[in-house]
Amino acid sequence: MNAPTPGALTSSLLYLDGVSVSFDGFKAIRGLSLTIEPGEMRAIIGPNGAGKTTMMDIITGKTRPDEGTVMFGGSVDLTKLDEAAIANLGIGRKFQKPTVFDFHTIEDNILLALKSKRTVLKTLFWQTEGAQQKRIDEILGIVKLADKRERLAGSLSHGQKQWLEIGMLLAQDPKLLLVDEPAAGMTDGETAQTAVLLKEIAKDHSVIVVEHDMGFIRELGVKVTVLHEGSVLAEGPLDQVSANERVVEVYLGR
Amino acid sequence: MITRFLLSNMDRRGLVFLALIAAIGLLVPLANLLMPAGSPLHVSTATMSLWGKYLCYALLAISLDLVWGYCGILSLGHGAFFALGGYAMGMYLMRQIGSRGVYGNPVLPDFMVFLNWQELPWYWYGFSSFPFAMLMVLLVPGLLAFVFGWFAFRSRVTGVYLSIITQALTYALLLAFFRNDMGFGGNNGLTDFKDLLGFNVQAQGTRAALFAMTCVMLISGFLIARGIVSSKLGKVVIAIRDAESRTRFLGYRVDRFKLFVFTVSACMAGVAGALYVPQVGIINPSEFAPANSIETVIWVAVGGRGSLVGAALGAVVVNWAKTMFTSGFMAPYWLFALGALFVFVTLFMPKGILGTAQGWWESRKRPAPVPAAEPAPAE
Amino acid sequence: MRILSSLLRMLALAMTLALMPAIASAQSTDDAFARLGADSFSDTARAIDILVQSAHPNAGVVIEALADGRLLAGGGAVVVKTKEGGFLDARTGQALTAQPAGVNPVRLNNNVRRVIQGALGGLGLINPDPGKRIAAAEAVFRARDVTVLPVLEAAIAKETDNRARLALRQAQAAILIAKTDAPPFDRIAAVDVLRERGDQDALATLRALPGDASPGLKEAQARAISEIEGRLALWRAGQNLWYGLSLGSVLLLAAIGLAITFGVMGVINMAHGEMVMLGAYTTFVVQELIRTHAPGLFDWSLAIAIPAAFIVAGAVGVAIERGVIRFLYGRPLETLLATWGISLILQQAVRTTFGPTNREVGAPAFMSGAFELGGLAITWNRLWIIVFAALVFAALLAILKLTPMGLQMRAVTQNRRMASAMGIRTGRIDALTFGLGSGVAGLAGVALSQIDNVSPNLGQSYIIDSFMVVVFGGVGNLWGTLISAMSLGVANKLLEPYAGAVLGKIALLVFIILFIQKRPRGLFALKGRAVEA
Repeated sequence: MNAPTPGALTSSLLYLDGVSVSFDGFKAIRGLSLTIEPGEMRAIIGPNGAGKTTMMDIITGKTRPDEGTVMFGGSVDLTKLDEAAIANLGIGRKFQKPTVFDFHTIEDNILLALKSKRTVLKTLFWQTEGAQQKRIDEILGIVKLADKRERLAGSLSHGQKQWLEIGMLLAQDPKLLLVDEPAAGMTDGETAQTAVLLKEIAKDHSVIVVEHDMGFIRELGVKVTVLHEGSVLAEGPLDQVSANERVVEVYLGR
Repeated sequence: MITRFLLSNMDRRGLVFLALIAAIGLLVPLANLLMPAGSPLHVSTATMSLWGKYLCYALLAISLDLVWGYCGILSLGHGAFFALGGYAMGMYLMRQIGSRGVYGNPVLPDFMVFLNWQELPWYWYGFSSFPFAMLMVLLVPGLLAFVFGWFAFRSRVTGVYLSIITQALTYALLLAFFRNDMGFGGNNGLTDFKDLLGFNVQAQGTRAALFAMTCVMLISGFLIARGIVSSKLGKVVIAIRDAESRTRFLGYRVDRFKLFVFTVSACMAGVAGALYVPQVGIINPSEFAPANSIETVIWVAVGGRGSLVGAALGAVVVNWAKTMFTSGFMAPYWLFALGALFVFVTLFMPKGILGTAQGWWESRKRPAPVPAAEPAPAE
Repeated sequence: MRILSSLLRMLALAMTLALMPAIASAQSTDDAFARLGADSFSDTARAIDILVQSAHPNAGVVIEALADGRLLAGGGAVVVKTKEGGFLDARTGQALTAQPAGVNPVRLNNNVRRVIQGALGGLGLINPDPGKRIAAAEAVFRARDVTVLPVLEAAIAKETDNRARLALRQAQAAILIAKTDAPPFDRIAAVDVLRERGDQDALATLRALPGDASPGLKEAQARAISEIEGRLALWRAGQNLWYGLSLGSVLLLAAIGLAITFGVMGVINMAHGEMVMLGAYTTFVVQELIRTHAPGLFDWSLAIAIPAAFIVAGAVGVAIERGVIRFLYGRPLETLLATWGISLILQQAVRTTFGPTNREVGAPAFMSGAFELGGLAITWNRLWIIVFAALVFAALLAILKLTPMGLQMRAVTQNRRMASAMGIRTGRIDALTFGLGSGVAGLAGVALSQIDNVSPNLGQSYIIDSFMVVVFGGVGNLWGTLISAMSLGVANKLLEPYAGAVLGKIALLVFIILFIQKRPRGLFALKGRAVEA
């Protein structure tokens, strides 16, 4: 189906072609192909079990595909690397369930995510420099947690944890952000603010957003890819894909 | 606020601990050496050695807390590192006996003569040198931990699986050291020590010096562990404990951090074992028994894991209680008490003495917003 | 008249002929008794030979007495002192009133003893009972006394029982092969007979071939030895395999309860070994009760102990689950510590109640003894334990796969919240599952009481092995546990002859430690996203 055009490999930031993976005989992803351009923001939707989270697992190195190509920046084969190496290449991930370090302060959560050398010795003798502290303060401002910086992350509300995690992504300063259901469990107001925040981020990062919430996708106003049973069903602007009969069929069960 | 509060509180607690150990390390040997035996201030050599043993256990507990309390690795084999350090020291002490053994062989320890060994096995070479032996005290447990951890952490063996294979590790070593042809004295282990650096190990002065040395090492161990846990590396390690895969997605090589902490911890346990042996006068394979390692875990749990002071406190309190129990008419009931302690602490005091006391202290000041999940927060 | 006289002549001749051997024998036995009084080892040995060959009616009594040091001789008298303390004349067998003066026990040395052994065998060779004849042939086989050869050959000629004849021929071969003046052809044939016998004794006999042997004989000997050695090695391997299966079934029994509590529920029960111990002590108590109240039921004691042990261990298991473990779900490391504490308490409780020493658990008749199967020695208790382990395994599998409780257990394992939403009382299922696992451990205790010391430390010695079995087999998979227990058992026993028991065990521990690194989820692991959750 939507096979990437030849030449897309070199120009794209992320390039997936013919990727398949199965768990105990169940094909979670079958022949998935997808390209993300540098600076692009892409929304990925699909019903439960469409393979959205598994796709993210493959990109971030948590799951190895059975077959297919996964290339980053046109030249790096992601299927050969582990999670840490992929994160250090510049791929950040926000999980579906907000995962922050509950027993660290909010500031320490950002510090841990802050782009820096990740070696044992560097961290053992770490001193936060002025520029780094400035960046931390800046991010805390962006995610509106500056006044709570000394609090333990475990004490935050669900929505605040989502924001903290987005803040951690920012601190990582990745080339590509994978954001899994950022609006899940948020109030309408928070959802709208999150959309604004993501659009802000998308100005200088490539972003993949996986989301169920159509209103949220509409607010982002970006190209949409519809996944179904582990492969791409449709791709294009939201209005176009939501008019697609097959999308309506699988999504709304009609 | 809370972190700063905890940190400052911790600093005060740490300072109190350091001052206390320093004072004990100075005053107890003096009270032993200078006070006449009848004086109320006199500390007998036996009492001093007993407390020296407790403090060795405290260092072992701190080393275990470093991996369990901070990194979430429940090692059920830390007794093995302790025992290996002890054996390294024991081998030095055996070589110092020289020709004063029962058989008078200038090179071979008695048990080797008894077993008709003709020459010293190669792995005993060098142990007549104190610096070499001390190097081995650090190196042998450290190397074992490094190799073991290298395999285990890279292949992401975690949780109870890791606990079980650490237990299998110490069990395998127990079986191995029981064998006579291993060349470590088999069942009887190493004992009948004479000299340490030329001083008689039985002499009061040597005992006092050993006690003081134990305090010095406990302080050093505490400072190193504290330095580690309060560095950014310490934060990474706690992050690994609480959300291992999240840490990995931030780009940290979780296996290397675990390996670092595990190895440092093993070296520390080895030092504790090396100080323990001359004060107790013997090292034998029973130190490898899985039950010993699990007991160490309960010291840490009782004191409060995730708190270095707590771990040390737990070791001293539990072992003091053990001495009290097993020296009186209650002796047959010690295992009941110890077993009940395991159950009680896990059910009702998951944060240990220090964590519980701290929680109580905080709740008096104001309702704590700390989430009520999982282990005690970092100090 | 002529006819009559010739008849009489013939009769006289016949009588003379018939009497001649008797006279000869009487003369030579006199010689034998004289030699017995000569107080010389070589004379004594010769006397024994003569007695055996002459088939003197008292030969058996005399030689037996000689062997026991009850034969007294001196001053021309030879007297047998009976076991009851009476005295018999060795020649006539008539009882004497008192010990004659001047007689002393006939002394023996090793050579004489060997001759005696052979002689006793030789005498047994003509026993009417075939079983006794076989036993006698075996005795001759070991003694290899050349003097028995004529008796042996006579016996072979008369023998009608096939098994007895085989035994006799083997005994003959054992003598012939060492007999340097025997025809070479016979000696090579003897090698063949021994080769066919093919056991350790045959091997020893072949190895003892005197240095004079001809090249042909030596070659035959070498071939026979290597063939026997090969065959024996095969049997030894078979025996080790059997020991391995036996150990494997013990491991299976000890581990299978753990496979349920650890594998199905994810609960680390360090007190599992103590459940085994409780089962063993229950067996002990049941046997004590039977001994004092109904001794006739002793052979049924194990059958009664099986449900009792299941109930005792299962009840303690349920109590532990309800009292402690249910508060610790989702915190496996805490569960590990708490159950360790429980194990200490249980050990001490048993030590206080029953004492720290080993308790004797008897074996019912059907559990004792052994039988041979080819070259294998198989003890009944081991065999029954294997059968028992297989039955327990099958029963557990059936419970999990076929009963409603098993279905509910699996449902709770896979998705606790969903199961709860569907009306399954998860708390009850947890308690029952834990009780089942513990009860099975109790059953293991019944079996182990038959082969191991019943002491408060019984459980401790099995807990690490059990964990290794479960972890190696793959958690949550009973078949994995079966395969793992059997392969670890067999591997252990196959390693033992080369590495020794302890090193073999260490090697296996190290192997499992390395294996877990390679496959952290064991041999038969579940895959997929669900595992990570």
